[in-house]
Amino acid sequence: MSDVRGARSEARGADGGAQSVTGEARGARLSDRVRDAIRRHAAEAYPYECCGALIGAAIDDELVELVEIVDAKPLDNVTEEGPRRRFRVSATDYRQSEARARELGAELVGFYHSHPDHPAQPSQYDLDHAWPNFSYVIVAVAHGRPGDIRSWRLRPDRSQFDEETLA
Amino acid sequence: MTPILIPTPLRAYTGKKDTVHVTGATIGEALHALTAEYADLRQHLFTPEGKLRSFVNVYVNDEDIRYLQKDATPLKAGDTVSIVPSVAGGAGAAAPTRSAELTPDDIKRYSRHLILPEVGVEGQQKLKASRVLLIGAGGLGSPAGLYLAAAGVGRIGIVDFDAVDFSNLQRQILHGTSDVGRSKLQSAQDRLLAINPDLEVDTYETALTSKNALDLFKDYDVILDGTDNFPTRYLVNDACVLLGKPNAYGSIFRFEGQASVFGVAGGPCYRCLYPEPPPPGLVPSCAEGGVLGVLPGVIGTIQATEAIKLILGTGQPLVGRLLLYDAFNMRFRELKLRRDPACPVCGDHPTVTALIDYDQFCGVAPAASAPVAETTVQELKARIDRGDRLFILDVREPNEFQICRIPGTTLIPLGELPRRLDEIPQGPGAPDIVVHCKMGGRSAKAVRQLTEKGFTRVQNLKGGILEWIDRIDPTQAKY
Repeated sequence: MSDVRGARSEARGADGGAQSVTGEARGARLSDRVRDAIRRHAAEAYPYECCGALIGAAIDDELVELVEIVDAKPLDNVTEEGPRRRFRVSATDYRQSEARARELGAELVGFYHSHPDHPAQPSQYDLDHAWPNFSYVIVAVAHGRPGDIRSWRLRPDRSQFDEETLA
Repeated sequence: MTPILIPTPLRAYTGKKDTVHVTGATIGEALHALTAEYADLRQHLFTPEGKLRSFVNVYVNDEDIRYLQKDATPLKAGDTVSIVPSVAGGAGAAAPTRSAELTPDDIKRYSRHLILPEVGVEGQQKLKASRVLLIGAGGLGSPAGLYLAAAGVGRIGIVDFDAVDFSNLQRQILHGTSDVGRSKLQSAQDRLLAINPDLEVDTYETALTSKNALDLFKDYDVILDGTDNFPTRYLVNDACVLLGKPNAYGSIFRFEGQASVFGVAGGPCYRCLYPEPPPPGLVPSCAEGGVLGVLPGVIGTIQATEAIKLILGTGQPLVGRLLLYDAFNMRFRELKLRRDPACPVCGDHPTVTALIDYDQFCGVAPAASAPVAETTVQELKARIDRGDRLFILDVREPNEFQICRIPGTTLIPLGELPRRLDEIPQGPGAPDIVVHCKMGGRSAKAVRQLTEKGFTRVQNLKGGILEWIDRIDPTQAKY
């Protein structure tokens, strides 16, 4: 727990932009191993978008919401709209991801996907399809090389994404 | 009571419960009961109009209700309902691939686009970041390339391996008289950059083949098919479907053209329209059949229009519709096309999952046609000069005959040959027969027909009258 709190204060110190409108700080913590796995998947899938499930635990208290991501599971991109600009997770993979999280005694906390040759910011399309209470981790891939990783969370009124500090 | 399984992201609205029990005879009633109890769920499950959001999947046991009776799907004892999020997203339609910020020069150049609400700054940036591959820099590729370059498409790739010929200039407006003999790629690049120096042009001096197509296509957003033959057309189609790339298709013949957009998810492909290629030789090429020069101007600009709309993600694309244009009677018609679920490439259970040999598929592989007896223009000239008794048969059309001819020939167009056989000398003592056309294709067919009818000593003139003009009589005009 001290680890989590340490990361939290570090995260808040590092980037004031992680303050959400409600005044709560939000953050997600990604180990180097998970971060590398996501980046590797994104580079392999280039020029197409990759996607995968994030498994971990959400830790809530009054001051901060922190998501600890312990595993990233690559999933098939089954979009029918061209994988260059889109991803979709099949219903089967979604259900298996929840089941897998349960087996691990953890939770499905969100999904990651890549933006080939595009910044790690959610698009309008991402917003239109977003679910609340999930971390959406986006990794930018420029000419096949993974770049920025950022994490986003849908505002409860669906109006926009707020960035989460990624530690 | 029916249990509804609540997915992780929505449990925040159900007091962390992963299962909620509700009463309802149908799915619609059960979901209504659920959102009546947990009102915060409503906006995540339903649109403001009360329709289930497209990315919300509802299952009864293991069946998606879309394949049952949707809202009206009845529920019985023992059923379990699951709400399964469809997790989707992505960088958006044709998102910028490099810095697509508009410069002050861009703003001046594209001002007529920028003031269109349907294009605007965002659309112009999409165009600037977009990449279109032209298959062929000929009749269709010319107007398409010119307009795409002018419109501000950032990168245009061109695949072609031909040189500019005088006979191209009547319709291939990328090339000018001084370009005759130059590579079409060089000529096209110069012309496109003259219109728009900010454009990046990638040139591929190669034939499009099953080996290189996927690699060439993968870096482009839209493929524009300006090919003039069936094997390449099927190749472009299949490669686009396999890669999930839209294919702005067009083709032309004499006074008629057609256009459509293939390879878009859910829409048909060229094979849904034409599952089988025509028998080889049935449909003449433009070189054989002729083409009105301005016709590709109309069809190529339609293809460019569709490419631009696909990049902008706006308007009604020509998907699922085949536009037919008849320049002679000045008429446009539209046919509805549907994706064929049994299509071998884009159907539900595709059997073509890699590129194949398209020459073989279209029956134009060299081995497919039996060889015919041939003679050369030099031999023919020598025999004429020696005074040999010869019957030289020209199977071209009368309008071609008016342009140029070999002296002393008899004209019988290929189509009239079967009913005019009595005009050809036959039997003991009859002269040898030499058949020619423009390039040797039609005359080879004529030689086969004559041989089948019992004519002996029939030869095809290799290279046709074009070869004759090149080697023997350069004073005559080529066409």
